[in-house]
Amino acid sequence: MNWQSIEEGAVIKHDIKKSPKTGDWRYMKPKVDKKTCIGCGQCFELCPEAAIDYDGERKADIDYNICKGCGVCATVCPQKAIKMEKNS
Amino acid sequence: MTDKKKNLALTGGAAAAEALKQINPDVMPVYPITPQTPIIETFAKFVADGEVSTEMIEVESEHSAMSAAAGAAAAGARVATASSSQGIMLMAEMLPIASGMRLPILMLVSARAISAPINIHGDHQDVMFVRDAGWIQIFSENAQEVYDNTLIALKLAEKTRIPAMVIMDGFTTSHSVENLEILETSVVKKFIGEYQAKNSLLDFENPKTFGPVSLPNSYFEFKRQQIEAMNGVTEDIGEILDGFGKISGRNYNIFENYQLDGAEKAIVVAGSTAGTAKTVVDALREKGEKVGLLKIKLFRPFPYKQIASVLANVKKIAVLDRSISMGSMSPLYSEIVGSLSMFKSTGEKCEAQMCVYGLGGREIFAKDIQEVFEKMGEGGVKYIGLK
Repeated sequence: MNWQSIEEGAVIKHDIKKSPKTGDWRYMKPKVDKKTCIGCGQCFELCPEAAIDYDGERKADIDYNICKGCGVCATVCPQKAIKMEKNS
Repeated sequence: MTDKKKNLALTGGAAAAEALKQINPDVMPVYPITPQTPIIETFAKFVADGEVSTEMIEVESEHSAMSAAAGAAAAGARVATASSSQGIMLMAEMLPIASGMRLPILMLVSARAISAPINIHGDHQDVMFVRDAGWIQIFSENAQEVYDNTLIALKLAEKTRIPAMVIMDGFTTSHSVENLEILETSVVKKFIGEYQAKNSLLDFENPKTFGPVSLPNSYFEFKRQQIEAMNGVTEDIGEILDGFGKISGRNYNIFENYQLDGAEKAIVVAGSTAGTAKTVVDALREKGEKVGLLKIKLFRPFPYKQIASVLANVKKIAVLDRSISMGSMSPLYSEIVGSLSMFKSTGEKCEAQMCVYGLGGREIFAKDIQEVFEKMGEGGVKYIGLK
């Protein structure tokens, strides 16, 4: 990158590969107990980073590259299937 | 194509609105302020009468007007607005955002004094206050130039992706009725062309981030690129002025060289006072005096080299500023002195006199300008018409 080639007006094309990994910020890590999870999806909606999706069994699956460890998912889970653990 | 021209008697403000009507911008966020109001007032009538399809957004302040303008321009719309004085100062936060994001917004300015004390009359302090906002600034002498510059500046802004201000003198130009010639709308449409934004927030196929944070590792590069684009305007405008000359018969340059050839004494001035200065130059030339006038049009970017070259053989210059820079040299004066010290290589040393006139709408007469010519080279700062 130099001044001639930098994006005009700082308008940047979206590229997920270049986006910062907010997962690096995490101190506490949410862990899903897949046996208890009923796949209700409440944590998906409230996750501020949209880091949760279904896995193959329709259970909550967290993308740790993005998850900042805020713990909202653990608080809202009606089954208490998500536990916050110290980041390893 | 040049056959179907129309002569109208309009105020400078209405002339600007007439040009805007022919442009038919997609969005116009506006907030009223004297002496700019005639522009948006006239345009609002065009909207009400269905003569344009512009989305006119009546916002709650000039800060919002420029914010809405930036948002609409980022969405890919052709955007125009207008303001004056305190309104421009309230917009000040948004002006470098519009230019930094390279959004070609067109703003009509009816230049006016700034408070305090409060004064609604014409001078150039508002536009000089924002001269470092990264906007193209073009001064207009009369209603005809307001109309012409509006079309030229729009095309220039869109070509360079730099926002542009078209400046007229508050009241003197904005409220005085003058005869002018307007072009056929079809000719205007062909001249300005269809607008296609380089980037659009609404282009969902190619999602982009607008206005991101840029830290010490990239901010400097973004600014350097913007400087390059701004410097290029003096070149980019050439083709546009040529094209405009062809459709209108009015051939403009980035400044007006009025009787400077062979002139020993010259006045440099921007805006409506150039008209008065021309009559004085004509009268003195009749008497055989070697006098001339440099009328500033393109103020940002400032054409240093071209101005130094046109003033190369002039021995004495008086720069008439309708604004001040407290504790420093007046804005136009410092640009002229800078041009001469940087690029004047031929001719003798040139004496440049700093003159301040017309603050808060104070009148300036032909006799005042004649006196400037007579006493040119006395040194110090002249305050023309000061009691």
